[in-house]
Order: sequence, then structure tokens, then C-alpha cells
Amino acid sequence: MTLTITNIKRIHADQSESITIENGKIKGWNLAPEGDTIDGQDATIAPAFLELHAHLREPGQEQKEDLASGLAAAAAGGYGTVVCMPNTSPVIDQPELVRALIAKATGLGQARLRPSAALTRGQQGDQLAELALLREAGAVMFTDDGRTNENARILRLGLEYAASLGLPVSVHAEDATLRAGGVMNEGPVSEALGLPGNPAAAEAARVARDLELCRLTGAHLHIQHLSTARALQLVREAKQAGVNVTCEVCPHHLLLTDESLRGFDTLYKVAPPLRTRADTQALLEGLQDGTVDCIATDHAPHTRAEKELDMLQAPFGIPSIEVAFALMYTHFEAQLGLPKLVDLLTAGAAQVMKWPAPTLDTGAPADLVLLDLHTERTVNPTEFKSKAKFSPWAGERLRGWPVLTVVDGKVAYRRE
Amino acid sequence: MSKAGSGLRHLLDFQEWSTARLLALLDNTDTMLAVLDRPVKKVPALQGLTIGTAFFENSTRTRTSFELAARRMSADVLSFAAGSSSVSKGESLRDTIETLSAYKVDAFIVRHHASGAAHQVARYSGKPVINAGDGRRAHPTQALLDAYTIRQEFGELAGKTVAIIGDVRHSRVARSNAELLPKLGAKVILCGPAPLLPRDLAGEGVSLTTDARQAVQHADAVMALRLQQERMDTGYLGSIADYVKLYQLNEALLAHAPDHAIVLHPGPINRNVELSDDVADGPRSRILKQVENGQAVRMSVLYHLLVGRG
Repeated sequence: MTLTITNIKRIHADQSESITIENGKIKGWNLAPEGDTIDGQDATIAPAFLELHAHLREPGQEQKEDLASGLAAAAAGGYGTVVCMPNTSPVIDQPELVRALIAKATGLGQARLRPSAALTRGQQGDQLAELALLREAGAVMFTDDGRTNENARILRLGLEYAASLGLPVSVHAEDATLRAGGVMNEGPVSEALGLPGNPAAAEAARVARDLELCRLTGAHLHIQHLSTARALQLVREAKQAGVNVTCEVCPHHLLLTDESLRGFDTLYKVAPPLRTRADTQALLEGLQDGTVDCIATDHAPHTRAEKELDMLQAPFGIPSIEVAFALMYTHFEAQLGLPKLVDLLTAGAAQVMKWPAPTLDTGAPADLVLLDLHTERTVNPTEFKSKAKFSPWAGERLRGWPVLTVVDGKVAYRRE
Repeated sequence: MSKAGSGLRHLLDFQEWSTARLLALLDNTDTMLAVLDRPVKKVPALQGLTIGTAFFENSTRTRTSFELAARRMSADVLSFAAGSSSVSKGESLRDTIETLSAYKVDAFIVRHHASGAAHQVARYSGKPVINAGDGRRAHPTQALLDAYTIRQEFGELAGKTVAIIGDVRHSRVARSNAELLPKLGAKVILCGPAPLLPRDLAGEGVSLTTDARQAVQHADAVMALRLQQERMDTGYLGSIADYVKLYQLNEALLAHAPDHAIVLHPGPINRNVELSDDVADGPRSRILKQVENGQAVRMSVLYHLLVGRG
């Protein structure tokens, strides 16, 4: 199967070019058009994005999201590859589950699925899962995610074993006893609102502990969704000291603060919580100076009814995979520049996974996205492919929308 | 999921309430108290309106006070208690409120264990909402009746000092008073054991101390907050005896307050925990006065929101 996309521009290039794709690979640039032809309408081409942190809810929570809706949403967001989280029902801690998910996703023609698996049985934190068998089945990362690893000894063992298998362990770094029942950032806003607070120290304390385990084992630790200036600084210092650590940040932690909770809208209830302006600024600096390796979304869909519970009962999470790039481009293009921004969504994420950096060179896998950097569109959650049709950014005008996503040489998403 | 409507239609907290409006509401309470002194304690102000009391958390006193206030103003009252309903089966707040709205309720009085629930009800129902206590967040009619009781005693609130002693962290009464009293020119001193006294609550007109004697030293009114056994079970305090040692409002502590200082309590009292028997029943106690004023304040709030429209 051959596909030619004409009238496209590479990042920061002026001339219009065309790319030809054949049998899942990039056949070449500016060849005579052959096969199906798509007019790129002057869009900017980039390698398709890699998502290292999405909750696709399958198996068991299909009322929130499933592979079909979640991977379609990912493709609409410009993502070619998604690492899904294992906190499903049942937990993804069995090789057969990993195989079944990959098999099902492969037939969907959406973004590619690379599942993570639980580090411990049932994500309970007290007994390692079958890491070698999970890897053999196709798991690419081990994590207990939101079930924070309270048992440091087991995490240490998991780090050592995973390292010998060549896979990273990622952690949701929060001390669960300090976080306690916190539903938002602890500070003047939480006290004014009378909502239980989750102190920044809960993240920093856990990052400090886990960095020690990283030093102890030499294993690769990936820290998920950093939210505080203090924890980021700990990672920065550890990296300078040569510790084998990587980290990600999410668009919502860069854009929103605890002030958003003043309206008591559960849309803004997320873990780790939205912090302060000083934290968002520090995270941006972390992106600029290279402390942060990649942007992940922590796409966390729930049903509308669940999000319409009260502030204590409503589940944590913001769905964002479809708007992540437009958000980042609209708000941070000036500070980061487009090449760096794309890097954080592609090569940066690949480097965390020790995967080859995605390129658009002849012979490379044909995973690519076309971005319309000029047209402003209103965020309209009713149009989301995700089952979670709500967004903190509903009604906001954004630029930088993906218009075409190609995965394995096939069109996975095309904006109508 | 837009912002709750303007404070003109709701009493959720005091964020959008001006001093002038608050004073008008307190002035109007005098009239309502006069109604309660008549042989026939009923006025037709809310005739034809239906008030829904949606209590997702039990509170016999507050609910009785509100329902009586509504009935004395000739409103019909729909009572909804969550404990015996579908809410305990996991129904969303929005579904519950939309169902109640379908009964043609004109205004809601909401009590809920989660902070912000009254704001959510205002957003979901589109009807005027009076917050009868949401989580740790606010209990505005309680603060209004406290303010009214102090003003009744001293003639004005400006320049007065109110000490609030106890479990400040978990108290919507403390938060609402800390929001209201400074708007009326009074100073608030929040006092309690350090684990129950969040530093971030200090602000304009609101100071903190862990020293109860210092808190009452210049107080015109001293309020004790209810201490729940749960605080011992969740590690905030070693024991009730340990709390009583420094923070019980008793004659020994009250001896450090000015002679004219009055004693308040939002009820129900844990006798000889946060408040000693002799003080609760003593000459400085205005606790029963608070209950009486509470009904009049709630009538005034209903009138203000549903008839006067500010």
C-alpha cells in the first residue's frame, strides 16, 4: 500500500514538500506522487507523538474508556504510540492480559498500544509480578502507578529485576501517609475552601526516597507526572550527580493551579494535585533546561456521573490526550519553541523507553502527524473520541491541532 | 460546568456579600425576632413557594431551625434526607438534585459532608441555594446567628474581638466566622492545638494562636467548637484529657477573659469536653439565645434571597 502526502512543511522550513509512504515505511521525500494522495494543505509534519502515561481503562472499566475509544482519542491527539497504565480491573499483572490487549489493539487501526504492566501482583506493592513473563508478552514498563509503592524494599527488588530485563520502572511518587485524604494541593486555597490538602512534601519526600533507591540499585527509575518545584529540584540535582532517573510532566500541571478549585468543580480534581503558580513556573523551567525528559498526559477518563459526585467522592483525573499538543503549542510555543516541544513528545519520550528516536528519514517507520499551526479552534469535548466528553479547557481557543495521524503507514486519524 | 451564580441568589459563603448587605440582613433579623414574639408566629412572605431541604448529612437541629423558619413564613417544605435514599447507593449529586428539582422546588437548603457541595447544587439546580453546612467549608447561617448574638449583646460588632477555640481545622463554623466577622469590623482569633490549627487560615482580621489564655485575654465573645472523638482515632490528638488540659473552655480559662465576655457554642455540646458544665450553664452563656436567634436569622436569609432579592 502506497500513500503520498503533498503540500507539507517540515518544522521551521519554508518550502513545500511531499512524502511517500509504502508498506509502513517512509519511501522517500519529494518523489513523483503514487498511490493514494492526500493534500497536506500546508500543514507541518512531525513524527507521531509517544504517550508514556495514559489510562485506557480496559479491561474492566469500559464505561470510562476502552481500547477503541482511547486509542482513537490518542490518534486524534497526534499520538502514534501509547503506553497504557495497568490499574485496570483486573490489574494488568498477567502475561495473558498483556497479550490480549496488544492483539485487540492491533486490529483497531488506531494508535499503537505498548502496555505497561504492574510491578507487583495486583499492584498491591508486596510481591513482585512475573516481570520476565510480562516482558516476553510485550510489556514495556513496570509500574504500580497510583497505588504508590509504600514498601521500599519491594520497589528496590523490582528496580533491580526490571533493570536486568532492560525495562524501566515508573512511579507515582507520593507518600500515601502524608497525602492522606488530600483532594487538592495543601495551602491557603485548600484551607480557604475547607478541602483536605495534599502537601507538596508528600511528593518531594517520596521522590527523595526513590532517588536513594535509584542510587542504590543503579536501575532506571522514571518518575511520573512531577507536580512540585521541590521534587523537580531533587530530580535536577540527582541528574547532575549522574543518577539514572528520568521524569515526565503533564500539560495540566503546567497550565493550571489550585486556584482552579475555587469553583468546586471536580474537573480539576487530579492526582498529583494542581499546585501553585511557582510550581508551574518551575516545571516550565524544568522543560527548558532538560531536567524534564518528556511530556505525558496522564489521560484519565471517567464517566460524567462519577465526576458529578461531590469533591470528596469524585475520582481523580483529567482527560487530555486529544488536546495536549494544542494546549502546549498555544501556551508554550513562545517559551519552548516548536522543535523542543515536538522533541518532548517524541525523541524525549523514546529516550526514556530506550527506543530509537522517531524520525522522518527515508526508511524509517511511517508514524507521523500533520499539525495545523495556524487555525484557531474551540475545544469542544462533545467531539472527543474519548468517552470522557468533558475538559477543563472546554470553550478555550487553541492553535496547533493535529489534522492527520499516520501509524504504520496507515491513516489512523484525519480531521474532517 | 460553569461557576455558581451570583451571591445575590445564593448564600453559599460570604465571598460575594458586601458589608452593607450583611448589615441589612442582620437588621431585618430584628423584625423576624419580633414575629417570633407574637401569639401567631406566622407571616405570609413565602406563600406559594416550596423550599427543599436536601440534607446529605444528618443534622436535626439545623434542619429543624430551617424548616421552622420556612414554615413560619408560609412556605411549603420538602424534606429530603440522603441517608435513607438512593444517594447511599452511589447516585451522583447532580442526579439527586435534578430529581428534587423536578418536584418544582423553588429554593434549596443544602447540608453535605463534602466542602463545595452547596456550590455544586447551585450550579446543577439553577435555583437559589442556602448552604446549611458543607464539609469544613462554610456554615454561613451559623456565623450570621453568632454575629447577631454578639451584636445583640454589645450593640455593634465593629471593634469587637471573638476568640474561637477548638478543632479549627475541621470546622465550617470557624471558617464562616473568619470570613464574616472581619467584614463587619470584628477581629477573629482562632485557637486550638497545633495539629488542628492550619497556619494557612490566618488573614485579614484573622489571627492564630495555640495559647488559649492569650486568645481569650481581650475577647468580647469566646466560642468553643465541638471536638469529635474521631480526632483521637485519626491521630490528631492523644486523648480528650490531653485536649481538656489546655483548651477546654471552663471557669479557669474564662477567668483570663474580660468580665463582660460572653460564651457561645454552635451545638451540640460535648459537655465537659470542649466546654465545662459550669460555663455552659453559667451566666455568660448565650447558647440558648443563639438557638433562638438562629431561627430569626434563617427567616431573614430566606426573606432576603426569595422576597427582597437584595
